[in-house]
Amino acid sequence: MKKFNKIMSVVMASAMTATLFAGCGNADAGTQAADSSSEANNAASESEASNDTASSSGVFKIGGIGPTTGSAAVYGTAVQNAAQLAVDEINAAGGINGVQIEFKFEDDECDAEKSVNAYNTLKDWGMQMLMGTVTSGCSVAVAEKTAEDNMFQLTPSGSSVDCVKYDNAFRVCFSDPNQGAASAQYIGENAIASKIAIIYDSSDIYSSGIYEKFVAEAANQSFEIVSAEAFTADNKTDFSVQLQKAKDAGAELVFLPIYYTEASLILSQASTMDYAPIFFGCDGLDGILNVENFDTALAEGVMLLTPFAADAEDELTQKFVSAYKEKFGDTPNQFAADAYDAIYAMKAAGEKAGITPDMDMSAMCEAMKGAMTGITLDGLTGVGMTWDASGEPNKEPKAVKITNGVYTAM
Amino acid sequence: MSFISYLVNGISLGSVYAIIALGYTMVYGIAKMLNFAHGDVIMVGGFAVFTIVSTLGLPPVLGILIAVIICTALGIVIERVAYKPLRNASSPLAVLITAIGVSYLLQNVALLIFGANTKSFTSVVSISPLKLAGGQLIISGETIVTIIAGVIVMICLTLFVNKSKAGQAMLAVSEDKGAAQLMGINVNGTIALTFAIGSALAAVAGVLLCSAYPSLTPYTGAMPGIKAFVAAVFGGIGSIPGAMIGGILLGIIEILGKAYISSQMADAIVFAVLIIVLLVKPTGILGKNIQEKV
Amino acid sequence: MKKIKMTKTAKNNFITYLIVLVVYIAVQILLATGNISSLMKGLLVPLCIYVMLAVSLNLTVGILGELSLGHAGFMCVGAFASAFFSKCTDGAMPDGLRFFIALLIGAAVAGVFGILIGIPVLRLKGDYLAIVTLAFGEIIKNLVNVLYIGKDKNGFHFSMKDSISLHLGEEGQVIVNGAQGITGTPHDANFTIGIILIFISLIVILNLINSRDGRAIMSIRDNRIAAESIGINITKYKLMAFSISASIAGVAGVLYAHNLSTLTALPKNFGYNMSIMILVFVVLGGIGNIRGSIISAVILTLLPELLRGLSDYRMLIYAIVLIAMMLFNWSPKAIEWKERLREKYFSKHFSKKKEVK
Repeated sequence: MKKFNKIMSVVMASAMTATLFAGCGNADAGTQAADSSSEANNAASESEASNDTASSSGVFKIGGIGPTTGSAAVYGTAVQNAAQLAVDEINAAGGINGVQIEFKFEDDECDAEKSVNAYNTLKDWGMQMLMGTVTSGCSVAVAEKTAEDNMFQLTPSGSSVDCVKYDNAFRVCFSDPNQGAASAQYIGENAIASKIAIIYDSSDIYSSGIYEKFVAEAANQSFEIVSAEAFTADNKTDFSVQLQKAKDAGAELVFLPIYYTEASLILSQASTMDYAPIFFGCDGLDGILNVENFDTALAEGVMLLTPFAADAEDELTQKFVSAYKEKFGDTPNQFAADAYDAIYAMKAAGEKAGITPDMDMSAMCEAMKGAMTGITLDGLTGVGMTWDASGEPNKEPKAVKITNGVYTAM
Repeated sequence: MSFISYLVNGISLGSVYAIIALGYTMVYGIAKMLNFAHGDVIMVGGFAVFTIVSTLGLPPVLGILIAVIICTALGIVIERVAYKPLRNASSPLAVLITAIGVSYLLQNVALLIFGANTKSFTSVVSISPLKLAGGQLIISGETIVTIIAGVIVMICLTLFVNKSKAGQAMLAVSEDKGAAQLMGINVNGTIALTFAIGSALAAVAGVLLCSAYPSLTPYTGAMPGIKAFVAAVFGGIGSIPGAMIGGILLGIIEILGKAYISSQMADAIVFAVLIIVLLVKPTGILGKNIQEKV
Repeated sequence: MKKIKMTKTAKNNFITYLIVLVVYIAVQILLATGNISSLMKGLLVPLCIYVMLAVSLNLTVGILGELSLGHAGFMCVGAFASAFFSKCTDGAMPDGLRFFIALLIGAAVAGVFGILIGIPVLRLKGDYLAIVTLAFGEIIKNLVNVLYIGKDKNGFHFSMKDSISLHLGEEGQVIVNGAQGITGTPHDANFTIGIILIFISLIVILNLINSRDGRAIMSIRDNRIAAESIGINITKYKLMAFSISASIAGVAGVLYAHNLSTLTALPKNFGYNMSIMILVFVVLGGIGNIRGSIISAVILTLLPELLRGLSDYRMLIYAIVLIAMMLFNWSPKAIEWKERLREKYFSKHFSKKKEVK
């Protein structure tokens, strides 16, 4: 056994060295076009390396990060697909300033540490701008790195406050506090209900962020919160207690600042319990009608504040939805729309700033930063979207109600 | 009234845990290994029924039957390829780690085939909910079926293990593999049979889990798998009636903890109760206390 | 005879230290000459973290012989305690001193948790102990997720519900914000500190193994009743190994917290998944084999990153490689086959050695 261990450790040690080199090899693979393998070892520090790449290849390299495996994979995959779709469209139409875009997406398993790894992998590939990350926690960790490197970052769906803490980071979606306050105001101003229950995911940044702001804003509104119950990532199959409490407290409206996966379970359990309040959600609820095999009758009367609705009548949305369906086989959700807009926002800002592929990432970031606040984008998630220097988008959420299995504007 | 309603909900959640725990405890009791991939076999069962019933439109009974066959075959293959070579390894931990590898493998294969999008599972149960006390208390058809299925499975397993020849062979293998072999028992065959039964139970559990909580992703099985493992330990791992009792108690504790203590800390409460039970009765509620030989 | 054996272990340990040192120097050279990719540079500190976790868990699993599935819980405790401290004292003292104190706090808090959890838990045996440690790990993760601590001019406020119930004053700041965790922890960890901490962990563990206490611990592993009958205080030695293991995990947690600017307790990083991942390092590297733990932690951390080229198939291949490596390393048949292979090719070398003996 001893000897065996010894041999194993030798084998493993050599494997380790091999992987170390393989690591370098991999890293340089991104720059393959110009570098032969013998030159690979001479690659200078990574920022210069990316310069070389940029100038030699003559394309814009945009990277994306999000979970494509693990329990949050559904969001990352949507972003990856929609961004690729947007990139393909832009490339077919001539690219940004006549230059083609190359897009590469890396998996982060919804883990902050893996997200930083993905970011570094993309940097080795020669990424010049980042469209990511998809989830808030990862976004905060990566924002720290992009700020250090001064890389332009536009997150499609990182909604927590700290995601755009630095001035190089922007986002497409609403921030959590923004959504919480907007929901409370909407319910209060339209006098939809007077007794409200909340069911939220206390282990999720997005959900607890909206919840807290909603409660804070509720103090200024005419309604009363009669029950606020949480669930956690490890305990999200049975919602009978939360629903029972809402029912016992006589809530007329249940506010669901959560994602549609859990919401679909809540709706079906509420129907088993014969409990039929108004359900009200935020953008995370979008997608509920497209859960495969879901009985849409359960979602009848659900209201949500969302900037995107896959059933919208406008030409842009319809074109996007049909292209997405054709290519990937399912209906795009909120995340996909955000990612699609993110790529187009990058294009608009890039054209305004007049960026060229030979700029280094820091210069490009400075140019993009200035241009972002000057563009107006008519996208899927809002008409006439603008950004201010804080990184927040200015757009209006639409309130929609599900009737007969489709969204209708309220 | 709400207390009784919570209790009913607890039993209905617990019955799902119980039926998963039965498969867990069966494999543990005979093969003496924590099969971390059990939860993922449940997921495979769920997807099999989903594909057959919702996508292909075949009747649910056929779906369940095919799911049971697929999971049984899968269980035997996993045992042969991944677990059997390690049965005589110098540490029992080796096979535990391989089971984790198998769990990752099943999740990722399902992710590649079915994608990450949530699928809504159509319940295979068509019994309408039972309404008591003027509609205040509602017991869903799924709960009734799950409890009945759990009891039937429990009785059948107990009878099988205690009365049939193969069952007796299983008991012998679980007591002492070497001695069983000397007595002319086919140890490999017996363990393979155990996995086959355990996986067939996982398929049934998968169908019932997804019927009661109709959402299906490649990760659906992971958390219920761990919870069922806790339930099996709770009731005394290796004990068939213990798994049933452990599962139902776990469900009740979870729901009551959520209702009366804190919905944020539901898991902490469940695990705290588990720890207390094990400290008082170190082998679980119905576990046998094996005296250590000197 | 005894003397020869001692020098053998000493030599063995020396090789372990040497490997770490050589890797450190090699990486420093690569860094200085710029021959290292951003990915590898970013992975250096996580590698140190996982190596420390693997080495510390090996103390519990390999040396003490108890299966623990809650190791990530100790890491979590160390991470949150130290990040809380750093966040509170950011700017109040020099960076180096602050990080040093943060490391001590992480080790101490995790060590205390190790003792507190160890006292009841270590009475149990085998799989029951495993499930109880798993339960403790999950409890810690769950409680951290509902913990809210804020600070204003009236001092600290605690809540287990939400940040609103903290009732902070005007300029109050929420430091630990439940599921959102702690953000903006100073970025103090670097590779050199990581390697120094690995060295310290190795010195502590390897010296413990080869000391009188270590032999007592191993005697409990090998035969508890015999150990008890010769007057070894079982509880004391079990607790000693368990709490040392916990506090090293706590230090790894400190590194983790000070490497990323965001610290949240997710199932992914502090749940049972992570505990199991650390166990995988230990078992793959060889139970009780400290050097093996180091190497397998490095390989298994690098593997998913190096497989990125496979995009969608990445985690699938990772799972297959994991199963294959386990079968190759542990299956009696594979071991036998490797023995035969070695005899065939190295038979001359070995027969010579036998003669010398």
